Amino acid sequence: MTPTRRRRLVIVIAMVVGVAIAAGLGLQAFRNNLLYYFTPSQVAAGDAHAGQRFRMGGLVAMGSVRRTPGSMTVHFTLTDMKDSIPITYTGILPDLFREGQGIVVYGTLEKNGQFVADQVLAKHDSKYMPPEVTAAMQKAMQAQQAAVKGAS
Amino acid sequence: MIPELGQLALVIALCLAVAQCFFGIVGAQRGHFIWMNAVRPAAVGQALFVSLAFVILTYSFLTNDFSVRYVAENSNTALPWPYKITAVWGAHEGSLLLWIFVLGLWTLAVARFSRRLPQEFASRVLGVLGLISIGFLLFMLTTSDPFTRLLPPAAQGRDLNPLLQDPGMAIHPPMLYMGYVGMSVAFAFAVAALLGGRMDAVWARWSRPWTLVAWLFLTIGITFGSWWSYYVLGWGGFWFWDPVENASFMPWLVGTALVHSLAVTEKRGAFKSWTALLAIAAFSLSLLGTFLVRSGILISVHAFATDPRRGIFILAMLGAFVGLALILYAWRAPMFSDNGGGFKAFSRETFLLLNNIFLVVAAAAVLLGTLYPLVLGALKLGQISVGPPYFDHIFVPLMIPFFILIGIGPYVRWKHGSVPHTGRKLGWVAALALLVGAVVIVLLRAETSFIAMAGVLLAAWTVFSALQEPAQRLWQRLHHRHAGLGRSVLGMSVAHVGAGLMILGVTVTTMLGITVDRVFTPGSSLTVHGDQYTFEGVRDVSGPNYQAVQGTFVVTRNGRPVTVIYPQKRQFRRDGTTTEAAIDAGPFRDLYIALGNPLGHGAWSVRIEYKPLVRFIWLGGLIMVLGGFIALMDKRYRRVRVKAIALDVAATPEEAGRDLTREPEH
Repeated sequence: MTPTRRRRLVIVIAMVVGVAIAAGLGLQAFRNNLLYYFTPSQVAAGDAHAGQRFRMGGLVAMGSVRRTPGSMTVHFTLTDMKDSIPITYTGILPDLFREGQGIVVYGTLEKNGQFVADQVLAKHDSKYMPPEVTAAMQKAMQAQQAAVKGAS
Repeated sequence: MIPELGQLALVIALCLAVAQCFFGIVGAQRGHFIWMNAVRPAAVGQALFVSLAFVILTYSFLTNDFSVRYVAENSNTALPWPYKITAVWGAHEGSLLLWIFVLGLWTLAVARFSRRLPQEFASRVLGVLGLISIGFLLFMLTTSDPFTRLLPPAAQGRDLNPLLQDPGMAIHPPMLYMGYVGMSVAFAFAVAALLGGRMDAVWARWSRPWTLVAWLFLTIGITFGSWWSYYVLGWGGFWFWDPVENASFMPWLVGTALVHSLAVTEKRGAFKSWTALLAIAAFSLSLLGTFLVRSGILISVHAFATDPRRGIFILAMLGAFVGLALILYAWRAPMFSDNGGGFKAFSRETFLLLNNIFLVVAAAAVLLGTLYPLVLGALKLGQISVGPPYFDHIFVPLMIPFFILIGIGPYVRWKHGSVPHTGRKLGWVAALALLVGAVVIVLLRAETSFIAMAGVLLAAWTVFSALQEPAQRLWQRLHHRHAGLGRSVLGMSVAHVGAGLMILGVTVTTMLGITVDRVFTPGSSLTVHGDQYTFEGVRDVSGPNYQAVQGTFVVTRNGRPVTVIYPQKRQFRRDGTTTEAAIDAGPFRDLYIALGNPLGHGAWSVRIEYKPLVRFIWLGGLIMVLGGFIALMDKRYRRVRVKAIALDVAATPEEAGRDLTREPEH
């Protein structure tokens, strides 16, 4: 083996090892920071584990928003027109948060079935919206239309 | 009538682009001089007709021509006129037109400044650019025509999306597109070299300034984007690892790697195939970025549903460009053997190789985090997402060694470096960095988190090591010893200083910034980091196309007035609310106030942020741009002559090394 080849071999091995370490770290970080997405129905069916942080998308149920006077805590229910999950959130709500609006919440499920959100995202603009909101809204709207049809 | 002229201009431009592409590529392949002579006029004509279409759409906006659907959907008579111009690229169709317009500008520049290149090579470059134009013009004419009429015409327009009614709109998208599209020139150079079967130091010298210019614009675009995102509440601050941000960051990372790899190819004739691959990758990621943001693939999956043709066209075009380029690469690249003469483990080449590996791995990690959730979602395998923690976990361990290497690399000689030599140059720099880092940490009385310390230390190390060379040259000059400093070396030093300042800003803002959300009633106050904020209530104000409530916050420090801040919440006629955060900007800290939600009885939830050194992030970005600009002014790019280049082809390592490093005697 010529010195040039040996050097190349060393470089290639070093690169492979480096990339392998990077890939390992990457996958580890990936697994640890994966956030699952659930709909209220899935949560109601027990798919989400209590204490685990996840995202949930749906509509803010009409007439469900209650504020605690003098604080930033707000209670509402998130619905996909099939099941509803009670949410507690303390903080600033996005400009487009309102009843009937499609939103995504980040947070954890308590043992008592309350979802404590640490982040609330509402549609800012169709181009800057997470796809889940659209999906949740569409799903919810279809359910709503189906419900209206069923009623009439 | 006028809008139809715009459409006609696009059709003519498409015809000229076909001519440009055909005569360029086929003419060069056959060595057909008459065909090759037709390439430049076709390219110029194509660019001019695209520009005409762009001007016509702008005219339609300025004259409130609501018979054009795109204008009616994105403008309004009450919209201030500067926003009528920026509204041209405020939605899908127009931003695509901006893309093609920018491609036209680059094509004009290449047509103008490629006269000294061999005719075959210049023809191929313009031909490849023509092919890209064809793709985009076809896409535009078949699926996204901005000149479609609205019958009957609307009496009033819907107005521009309120979030886009911001001065940032005038700078951020055009600069970003200049960068994205500029990468197409680097791509065209690489493909032309692959087609011609010749890829050497000369090719690297031609393509380097173009790549650098594209990189400059991309850096400006991202920096302004970060600044814009910072002052809009709800966009997640200066950087949020949002897919839209990642879309621009990936080509930047690979473009940065390309700029460094081109240096090796130009100086040493090494890394040729790798450089070509990076050029292809940078442009592919630019395309991916444009499409992710603009097609709605990423942001809302239902964009496919509204017009399935768009999504399919986009994927097909992306696949065609990337696929063809990679096939060409696989076929031709093995022909180019690296005759760089080899290099030792401790050499400039090794450090630049490491630079490339780190940047490409970082880009791959961002790509994984951006695309994996998307692919999973598209295949209906479940909806997941990876947020900022994933990217933070990847980037911190990657960037720590990267920034250590940044300091060392420039002080290692080409081919075979010497550890003692490099050590002599950097020993006192390292000591100084440690000292300053320690002092800063003590002064800030920071929670001594490892990351904060590492960040400050690395920033000090990066800045001081980058300044070592220019400082030494200056010192020698003051002592009447001849010591020149090439512009490209100076540019590199300045750019590295910028990178160091950016790291400092990011670390300090992230680690020591304070964010408080609190309820304020009129008259109540709160102290954050020594500043007392007193809320004096809100009042109504009105703008040209919105109504707003404006809060008044008086800020005092130890009883002395500091500033008065007026954050607003605007309600636009086009059913949209925006929160205009108010910022008291200072060189070393920003005070940031945003109105949250009204809570009744005059009470508001309010976000107050104290952001130390946040300006350093964008200052660092602009200094990087300055560095790139200085490097661009290097005389070898201005005096470049075909004959001189031809001599350089066989440049000996000594000659090539002298040009860049010009190390002083030691």
